[in-house]
Amino acid sequence: MGIFNFFSRDKKEKLDEGLEKTKTGIFSKLTKAVAGKSKVDDDVLDSLEEILITADVGVNTTLKIIERIEARVARDKYLGTEELNTLLKEEIAGLLEENNSGTATEFTLPEGQRPHVIMVVGVNGVGKTTTIGKLAYQFKKAGKSVVLGASDTFRAAAVDQLRIWSERAGVPIVDQGMGADPASVAFDTLQSAVRQNADVVLIDTAGRLHNKVNLMNELSKIRRVMDKVVPGAPHEVLLVLDGSTGQNAIEQARQFTKATEVTAMALTKIDGTAKGGVVIGISDEFKIPVKYIGVGEGAEHLQVFNKFEFVDSLFSKEKV
Amino acid sequence: MFDNLTEKFDRAFKVLKGQGQITEVNVAETLKEVRRALLDADVNYKIAKDFTNDIKEKALGRDVLTAVKPGQLLVKITQEELTALMGGQHEEINLTGNPAVILMSGLQGSGKTTFSGKLANYLKNKKGKKPLLAACDVYRPAAIDQLHVVGDQIGVEVFSDKDDKDPVSISTRAIQHAKSNGFNVVIIDTAGRLAVDEQMMNEIAAVKTAISPSETLFVVDAMTGQDAVNTAKAFNERLDFDGVVLTKLDGDTRGGAAISVKSVVNKPIKFIGTGEKMEAMDLFYPERMADRILGMGDVVSLVERAQENYDEEKAKKLQRKIAKNEFNFDDFLDQIQQIKKMGNVKDLMGMIPGMGKAVKNLDIDDDAFKGIEAIIRSMTPQERENHKIINGSRRKRIARGSGSEVQDVNRLIKQFEETRKVMQLMSNKKNMASLMSQMGGMKGMPKF
Ligand SMILES: Nc1nc2c(ncn2[C@@H]2O[C@H](COP(=O)(O)OP(=O)(O)OP(=O)(O)O)[C@@H](O)[C@H]2O)c(=O)[nH]1
Ligand SMILES: Nc1nc2c(ncn2[C@@H]2O[C@H](COP(=O)(O)OP(=O)(O)OP(=O)(O)O)[C@@H](O)[C@H]2O)c(=O)[nH]1
Ligand SMILES: [Mg+2]
Ligand SMILES: [Mg+2]
Repeated sequence: MGIFNFFSRDKKEKLDEGLEKTKTGIFSKLTKAVAGKSKVDDDVLDSLEEILITADVGVNTTLKIIERIEARVARDKYLGTEELNTLLKEEIAGLLEENNSGTATEFTLPEGQRPHVIMVVGVNGVGKTTTIGKLAYQFKKAGKSVVLGASDTFRAAAVDQLRIWSERAGVPIVDQGMGADPASVAFDTLQSAVRQNADVVLIDTAGRLHNKVNLMNELSKIRRVMDKVVPGAPHEVLLVLDGSTGQNAIEQARQFTKATEVTAMALTKIDGTAKGGVVIGISDEFKIPVKYIGVGEGAEHLQVFNKFEFVDSLFSKEKV
Repeated sequence: MFDNLTEKFDRAFKVLKGQGQITEVNVAETLKEVRRALLDADVNYKIAKDFTNDIKEKALGRDVLTAVKPGQLLVKITQEELTALMGGQHEEINLTGNPAVILMSGLQGSGKTTFSGKLANYLKNKKGKKPLLAACDVYRPAAIDQLHVVGDQIGVEVFSDKDDKDPVSISTRAIQHAKSNGFNVVIIDTAGRLAVDEQMMNEIAAVKTAISPSETLFVVDAMTGQDAVNTAKAFNERLDFDGVVLTKLDGDTRGGAAISVKSVVNKPIKFIGTGEKMEAMDLFYPERMADRILGMGDVVSLVERAQENYDEEKAKKLQRKIAKNEFNFDDFLDQIQQIKKMGNVKDLMGMIPGMGKAVKNLDIDDDAFKGIEAIIRSMTPQERENHKIINGSRRKRIARGSGSEVQDVNRLIKQFEETRKVMQLMSNKKNMASLMSQMGGMKGMPKF
């Protein structure tokens, strides 16, 4: 994989499995712009701009990255092609919050209180329910006991959908049917999890656009109610972002963080051609790590996020 | 929907407007801002570049440098170009054939199932059709159940068969069922798929070949980023679709995907989705969208929505009352109900020129009038009839009754008086009056 051969191959393989179809023709462009040059000149910066913008990194973050690189170049005086590649990736990865689970590829739960409660939020159709299904499958596989809470009582057949996932993963689900009060479902779920001595609880919520005040308030309420059953719950609030979403994801992160104190992100659907670069700016601005990536519709299509692999994927064109 | 982009344009053009004279240098600067605004709005990188280059050529060609009001001219050119980019005239959905067959396609979670329901509902209620929904997503958990719930909501039959795992077979059988049961439209809901998923793309291509739909729609999330071009292009290459549906425009996305998709596949955007409810859809009007982008507001659709919900008789009566300065709190309350009927308040206000920005950061939702309504409802009939009798002690009582502060009551009454004054002034001017009667329900709009 040429000049960007910066990361170990076996680690890459897994991501590439998902990203196999992701590549576009930009990488070759940068290579061309860099080839035979020993300094970051305007051509290189232009191609870099194109790569980053086209990967949904956004103008602000792209400018920030370019500034950082220019500063490094000014300091280090001379910069060759090899160094540029290394430095570029370092600078971009540096903007991504450290994921507490580090570079681990395993699905682990942090030490501490049980049940560990994870509430899953996001706008419509991003992949919340599916991600919950995949997480349930992974945690179960890791020997944990899992309980699902069907707090999306609004979207047509939402409970049925989660129930099918609970069957797939082989874990129990708590629901009160459609139209029930979502906070009350969450409350029930936590009580049931406590009774069962469950290790982890995953709460599904209805998709909602972040500019709808009432719905965002409802989310805060669901959040608050859980604390009454398990003090400190939810321990994690996972914001699910669709990998093909553009700059609007920033506003989503802002508003969901405001309403629910998001602790981590999951980036879905990056088995497609979209790159999901917008998470770089989000991670940088709101100091929340990306924890998982969704690379398909099956139960096993979830991976623990690795920022170096991710940055690599922004530049990669074809499978190694 | 395009408020943020509007903001950017506003800023960009302010640079120009502020200067009496325009030089090539600051045209270039403005265009750089325009380009950046487009990128922030998720317009594809290349398209944004081409677009700004185009504008530049056109601007210079039209002698913008010596124009009296160069800023305005540039706004006009930009607006024209945006409109052209998004597709010129509005195009209707093709319903030829008996039954007419409509095939939905798109990425996972873009809103196909929801829009299938909305379209069925629209064709049933507005076009007098008898639609049938066909459940051809055999993959997603509970996809068939979801379509059934949607069908029940709008009273439209759903054809499904949980034992049949072949979308080609299900869709063909659905059409057969429609023929023998008098349905004249069949809407085929399909599974979400990635353009790079060869197998799944083959599947939907096979469905299309088998049923030869009169209309194939590509459903795309308005929040989509740079990838919109790749996906639209790939789906178009395989399906040669007829139109685009842009969903989730009730969010605050800048919606540059509209520009990207249209310009890359050159197929019209026919509908927009504006919410999760079955009524939350609209036709797509490129010129309105372009106006909206440039902060000129979407007055036309506002007027139309007002008209749809407004009672002609009532409007005339109100007109007379206003002219005689008899507009009272009962009328005010009535106006609020009218506005609420028209839909999401923030959405509506965003359509008013210059309001887009103002409402962007306001916490307005459907309960926006709650406080005002509570206050008015705490007034006695006499007080509503004649607000002049509302003295200090009455104000205190009203505040208590409505759970608000006396200041709130004071403010409302003051606003009401001002509104009355303005309305009477306007009703005296012939042209204004006709505009206002057109706008019907907007008259009592309180100021925020
Ligand atoms: N290709 C791909 N599809 C995905 C991925 N994650 C979810 N999906 C699909 O995206 C669609 C929406 O997923 P859901 O899990 O229902 O999304 P949601 O956020 O729960 O949706 P709402 O509850 O309606 O807001 C489904 O068709 C999923 O199969 C992913 O990582 N890759
Ligand atoms: N706010 C808003 N939500 C919408 C709109 N259209 C669809 N949705 C929501 O988006 C989510 C996904 O919609 P679906 O209709 O299930 O999408 P789909 O394309 O059928 O999804 P798959 O079948 O999984 O590919 C649901 O939560 C819908 O309620 C819209 O115009 N506005
Ligand atoms: Mg869901
Ligand atoms: Mg669907």
